[in-house]
Amino acid sequence: MEKKKLVVIGNGMAGARTVEEILARGGGAQFDITMFGEEPTGNYNRILLSNVLNGSYKEDEIFLNPLSWYEENNVRLLAGKRASGLLRRAKLVYGEDGIPEHYDKLIIATGSRAFIPQMEGTYMPDGSLKPGVFVFRSLDDCRQIAEWARGKHSAAVIGGGLLGLEAARGLQNFGLDVHVVHIGSHLMPQQLDPGAGDILRKSMESLGIKVHLKKNTTTIIGPENVLGLAFADGGNLECDMVIISAGIRANWEIAAGCGLTVERGIVVDDQMRCADDPDIYAVGECAQHRGHMYGLVAPLWEQAKVLADHITGKNTRAAYHGSKVATKLKVMGVEVASMGIVEPQLPEDEVVQFSEPKRGTYKKLIIRDGRLVGGILLGDISKAAYLIQTFDRNTPLPEERLHLLFDIGDPPKQVTFAEMSTNTQVCNCNGVSKGALIACVNSGKRSAKAVMDATRAGMGCGSCKSMVAEIVEWACGGETEEDPSVHYYVPGVPLTKPELIRAITERELKSVSAVFDYLAGGKEDAASKPGLASLLKTLWKGEYEDEKDARFINERIHANIQKDGTFSVVPQIPGGITSPAQLRRIAFVAEKYHVPLVKLTGGQRIDLLGIRKDDLPKVWHDLDMPSGYAYGKSYRTCKSCVGSDFCRFGLGDSISLALKIEKEFQGFDSPHKMKLATAGCPRNCSEAMVKDLGAVAVEGGQWEIYIGGAAGSSIRKGDVLCKADTHEDVLMYMGRFIQYYRENAKYLERTHGFVERIGIEKIRSIVIEDSEGIAERLDREIAESKAAYKDPWKDAWLPENDNQFASVLPILQ
Amino acid sequence: MTAHSETGHSGTQQGATNLMTEIKLGPAANIPAGQGRVYEVEGERIAVFRTRGGDVYAVQAECPHRGGPLADGLLGGTTLICPLHSLKFDIKTGAALFGDCGLKTFPVAVDASGQVVLLR
Ligand code: SRM
Ligand SMILES: Cc1cc2nc3c(=O)[nH]c(=O)nc-3n(C[C@H](O)[C@H](O)[C@H](O)COP(=O)(O)OP(=O)(O)OC[C@H]3O[C@@H](n4cnc5c(N)ncnc54)[C@H](O)[C@@H]3O)c2cc1C
Ligand code: SF4
Ligand code: FES
Repeated sequence: MEKKKLVVIGNGMAGARTVEEILARGGGAQFDITMFGEEPTGNYNRILLSNVLNGSYKEDEIFLNPLSWYEENNVRLLAGKRASGLLRRAKLVYGEDGIPEHYDKLIIATGSRAFIPQMEGTYMPDGSLKPGVFVFRSLDDCRQIAEWARGKHSAAVIGGGLLGLEAARGLQNFGLDVHVVHIGSHLMPQQLDPGAGDILRKSMESLGIKVHLKKNTTTIIGPENVLGLAFADGGNLECDMVIISAGIRANWEIAAGCGLTVERGIVVDDQMRCADDPDIYAVGECAQHRGHMYGLVAPLWEQAKVLADHITGKNTRAAYHGSKVATKLKVMGVEVASMGIVEPQLPEDEVVQFSEPKRGTYKKLIIRDGRLVGGILLGDISKAAYLIQTFDRNTPLPEERLHLLFDIGDPPKQVTFAEMSTNTQVCNCNGVSKGALIACVNSGKRSAKAVMDATRAGMGCGSCKSMVAEIVEWACGGETEEDPSVHYYVPGVPLTKPELIRAITERELKSVSAVFDYLAGGKEDAASKPGLASLLKTLWKGEYEDEKDARFINERIHANIQKDGTFSVVPQIPGGITSPAQLRRIAFVAEKYHVPLVKLTGGQRIDLLGIRKDDLPKVWHDLDMPSGYAYGKSYRTCKSCVGSDFCRFGLGDSISLALKIEKEFQGFDSPHKMKLATAGCPRNCSEAMVKDLGAVAVEGGQWEIYIGGAAGSSIRKGDVLCKADTHEDVLMYMGRFIQYYRENAKYLERTHGFVERIGIEKIRSIVIEDSEGIAERLDREIAESKAAYKDPWKDAWLPENDNQFASVLPILQ
Repeated sequence: MTAHSETGHSGTQQGATNLMTEIKLGPAANIPAGQGRVYEVEGERIAVFRTRGGDVYAVQAECPHRGGPLADGLLGGTTLICPLHSLKFDIKTGAALFGDCGLKTFPVAVDASGQVVLLR
């Protein structure tokens, strides 16, 4: 296939990101890509320029795509070359040097530039800015400012917006006396109301920045270089340098020059195409979509995705519908977050407000129809993340408004389904609204499962499943039908778990394909495979015939898949206990394989994220540590606290118990993951009471065993199963419960659901009092599973076949 | 072993075989039964699957949803589940079994010597 020519004008945040998105969709095979970049470098994170100026980042730390990236990805970057003209009929873009580039598809991502208001004395006769006058947009500006600032005494920033304040704070870093000169009556007028602006002014002044409001600068004084500013009211201000930060203007000239529609920016449709030419796209700050221009990066990420989907043909129906914007000020010592409108606009808009000027705290929410349409947080922005999300998703707010502004103990109340509006998003993973669920019920689906299958609601993280079921029931008027398959262990084999276990053991079915052959009429069902594999492994242990295709990719290659198709590797670190030698090996591996992220997990272990599939066996080999099973529906790990060896409160040896637990249950397949913990006393530092299984040391040398705890998407304190006298007893009772759970839980039923369904009394009578006479058998099964343990990372030495870990197979002619 | 070329507009069916080139991808046995593997053909990434029944099918390598690696998915019959967010596809027709964005398919077959052959 002949590759098409894609030319991109502008190598900034939008241009480079769009190219990344295109490459991620296989666009490298469709296009030869050439980029014009006026700046001589690769693409850097412009947002962080404020941090470079204030000294918290070095220049080379802000690069997103260094020059090597372009080479590695076969992108031809004309660095330092400005595109100066465009001939649409001939499909040519001209560089400043007059050399044309032909394109089949063109993307304009020229961003914007600083707006310079009319002021006398801004320019020298040759048209250049007067020495000492700067704008703040590029790395080059940043360097020039830093160079000039050295040895000077005072600086003025014209413009009291977000950028101006960040620049002012940055200039203080050079030991300058810093002034902010603002034409309006309060700071950050785009994001704040006067009340908040006033508090912000005080906060800035307390940092030593002098703020001058309602000052219209008419002249930059000084014949050769900057000496001061003169204002319309007759006043003036001495200073050695000026940074103009009075807004931005889109760079649309190249588009207007060839007849494309331009208003304030280059006008694009929902696919980011120019109105008049389907082969030309515009993206980022230079683009105008449905009348809106965006000066923040979040919207342009969304735009880049849609553009890439469309241009590569991956999803020609992708559409950009505009973005809601929220901002935060990046000035150390001053916390500001803002979203949406700053003043009520309609009579029915409701305002919730709190102000404590002395402490610099101000909070204001504007609510319309029970939803957030605007918000300002100053001083304390602890609720910002929640509010921005609510604002962004347009989810209804709880009736109880106080909780919106403050964390006060108890969680907000549930809204009832009737009062919940139809477009409330119920499933946040797959974007399914209450209305979509009702429509699905009305179309004839009368069971929760049928509705979930049809809408995919509840099929993401699963945390909304019970709400989906309740809404379905409510929408059916309480008359839901039962889908018989909800009783099956897996959807593709029409048997309940006990029936299935019986059939499997009677016929000695040891592989997933054998189960399909004998119990499902030979019909394979993809979604049923992992559940069957897990059960067969539990029943047959070492005799189970492993068929890799039956396993979810994680269990097929013993690592957790990531959004970009790479994998994460978590070695076994029982109880969080490691050693310098292990840490050295981990460090060695992280460097050798260029691991992009090394992270301490919530499970007291170390996660190496972003590893290429092909490297996995090598990584395991070099680590020489057993798998931590962080990917499996299986026993995961046992957390632990310091316990009696070191802690002044420790009642029991939680560390050595955790190590024994790990040895006992490592690698066990189970209906869902099992996370364990041991705590040396009821202070519960390792969170043992909210684990699938936990052991907590109590006074009197005993251990309390908790089961069915949860602190993930559901939160539940575990039930006490029993007290045990010794570590060995803890292992025995835990083992019995684990085996009972493995045999009786539905696939993907966590212990908290299982314990609630069966009831703690019944479990206790079976596991502790042996009411069914199966305790001995459960113990035996556990011992056999333990004996069948094999570290899957030994696959590194003995792969299933040569290409188990190959991301691409070579073509052998 | 049966061979399949199911794109509906495949060259063979329109009698335009002479326009198509045959590309040998290597022995079918390189793809374990019930799994998929990726090949890069003239710069395009293609996922080739071998069902437990022995048939081979080829589709685009990346999921149209968010680019999930389809060859790492779960296969049952000709139903494929993407490993990232579990969208389902029929690899025989490319049809999406949920949602509306399907997969590009490629005619592919196993020849007499057991080689996987892709027609382009
Ligand atoms: C790495 C880690 C986050 C971290 O950086 O700390 C993590 C990462 C993931 N968790 Fe977790 N969880 C991690 C600790 C936890 C914890 C805390 C803990 O283990 O002590 C919880 C709450 C306890 C619990 O499990 O209930 C937790 C509750 C979840 C849940 C919700 C489970 C539930 O039913 O409530 C999921 C979703 C699921 O299992 O379906 C999940 C799923 C995931 C997955 C595997 C999502 C996925 O399928 O890809 C994440 C993998 C990220 C990746 O790309 O590799 N993770 N996750 C933690 C690994 C711990 C470890 O060493 O093994
Ligand atoms: C100091 C600072 C702090 C910021 N802080 C934040 C923040 O906290 N949060 C936030 O969301 N946003 C912030 N922004 C805004 C954010 O950086 C921009 O929204 C974003 O960079 C816009 O991306 P873009 O690609 O459209 O434009 P740019 O990143 O400006 O890229 C455009 C590129 O095109 C080049 N170019 C222009 N014309 C031509 C031509 N004819 N030929 C070749 N090349 C050309 C330019 O030189 C530039 O490199 C900040 C901006 C600045 C300056
Ligand atoms: S690591 Fe856990 S909490 Fe974080 S995004 Fe992934 S699943 Fe969600
Ligand atoms: S990427 Fe395939 S389902 Fe999301």
